[in-house]
Amino acid sequence: MGTAMVGSFEGKVALVTGAAGGIGLATARAFGDAGASVVVADSNTALLETAAAELRSAGHEVLAIGCDVTDRGQVNAMIEQAIETYGKLDAAFNNAGINCDGAPLVETEDTEFDNIIDVNLRGVWNCMKAELRHMTAQRSGAIVNCSSIGGMRGSKGRAAYSASKFGVIGLTRASALDYAEKGIRINAVCPGIIGNTPMAKRVTKNNNPEIVKAFVAAEPIGRLGEPEEIAAAVLWLCGSAASFVVGHALTVDGGILA
Amino acid sequence: MNPIYDFKGQVALVTGAAKGMGLATARMFAESGASVVLADLDGDLAAKEAERIVRDGGTAIGLACDVADEAQVAAMVDRAVAEYGRLDMAFNNAGIQVPPSDAAEEPIEHFERVTAVNQRGVWACMKHQLRVMRDQGSGAIVNCSSLGGLVGLPQRAAYHGTKHAVLGMTKSAGVEYAPRGIRINAVCPGTIDTPMVADMLKGQADAMAEIMKQQSIGRLGRAEEVAAAVLWLCSPAASFVIGVALPVDGGFTAH
Repeated sequence: MGTAMVGSFEGKVALVTGAAGGIGLATARAFGDAGASVVVADSNTALLETAAAELRSAGHEVLAIGCDVTDRGQVNAMIEQAIETYGKLDAAFNNAGINCDGAPLVETEDTEFDNIIDVNLRGVWNCMKAELRHMTAQRSGAIVNCSSIGGMRGSKGRAAYSASKFGVIGLTRASALDYAEKGIRINAVCPGIIGNTPMAKRVTKNNNPEIVKAFVAAEPIGRLGEPEEIAAAVLWLCGSAASFVVGHALTVDGGILA
Repeated sequence: MNPIYDFKGQVALVTGAAKGMGLATARMFAESGASVVLADLDGDLAAKEAERIVRDGGTAIGLACDVADEAQVAAMVDRAVAEYGRLDMAFNNAGIQVPPSDAAEEPIEHFERVTAVNQRGVWACMKHQLRVMRDQGSGAIVNCSSLGGLVGLPQRAAYHGTKHAVLGMTKSAGVEYAPRGIRINAVCPGTIDTPMVADMLKGQADAMAEIMKQQSIGRLGRAEEVAAAVLWLCSPAASFVIGVALPVDGGFTAH
């Protein structure tokens, strides 16, 4: 699916957070396939090492960094290490995110709300701040933040998650205006229901067939998405083909929001 | 750099293909290996541009089509299939502007004309393209909406109405045909440096300064930047993208 992009990131440096599995790993692989040096970051360092080993064995240039995006110090250190290693940062996919178990607002614990906002929203904020410092100095760069269809509509039991993903779009659109003239493009992707990811496993309560069936039924295209299909959108948004695409939240959802 | 697409063996149809974004898209399709049908109200110019593509090593024909006339649209699609045997991709781009007008003063002729081309034209194109694509069980359509399909601006009610309508048709037909292997999306160009925009701004010195104030990116868009979005939406890389309105506007609709 991403084959159309091969070779288009030769000599570039790309960062992916939440890269140990799912959409993040697929995107790291796609950046590697396209010729980029890839900085992969994740809070789960054991899983991250496995992912990095897989990428290296495929021949990709990879730097793996354990990073909890909720921690400003760790985020700054991650960006510093990326710059020290590769000298620049051309593209960043701020993808690290978590979902919730799904409960109405009153039954959702405050700690769960805090946790979701911390990872999904403050994490993107922390990453953008560190990335933009370097990209501003370079006067070039492209950032894609991972929102969700939950960032554009409500769905039952996901108030906290939705709030965080709506927030990501707000960060994206507003900051895009600040940095467009400085040669930096900031956009977002809004994945629909994507299968074969750790998050899918969680929201389908470990691939419960009834839940999976309901999700497939909700997809106008009649199937769940693949992580590689989000990766393809991220790479396109980061590439120079999207040079006039600024501040947009691109839906990649099989038609749910249409 | 643009991604390299391999559209060899595929057939692309572009309306409004003699100039501007349509021409840039037709040329990019041809460079990616597709056989291209260039349709335009100005059939002579479309034919001339098709010949230029052929001279450059591509495969193309040019023909006349007024998309406001459903019979001509049907004939255009028939001709594409007769020539190349199938239809894989279509960029329904033909569109016109009408002079800005106070909503209380707009002549009915302007409304009828802009609606006939921009809205009914896209409707007719999709209808006849989908008849071919549903038999194939595959295809990708991109309709040309506009920033005017996403936001309102003073004195633009008629034009923006048509471009909003394009998105309504895109989304509805998009979810209808997604299960049948056909993807339908739209692009929403911002202010692109094209002959249409040049015409629109003729004699309005202040208008360009006003537009530039709204361009976060500090410049107008290029026709090739819209073409690049159309090709991506038509490609397998966008296989999960359905019923989307993709702004290519330098950030205009982000604020």
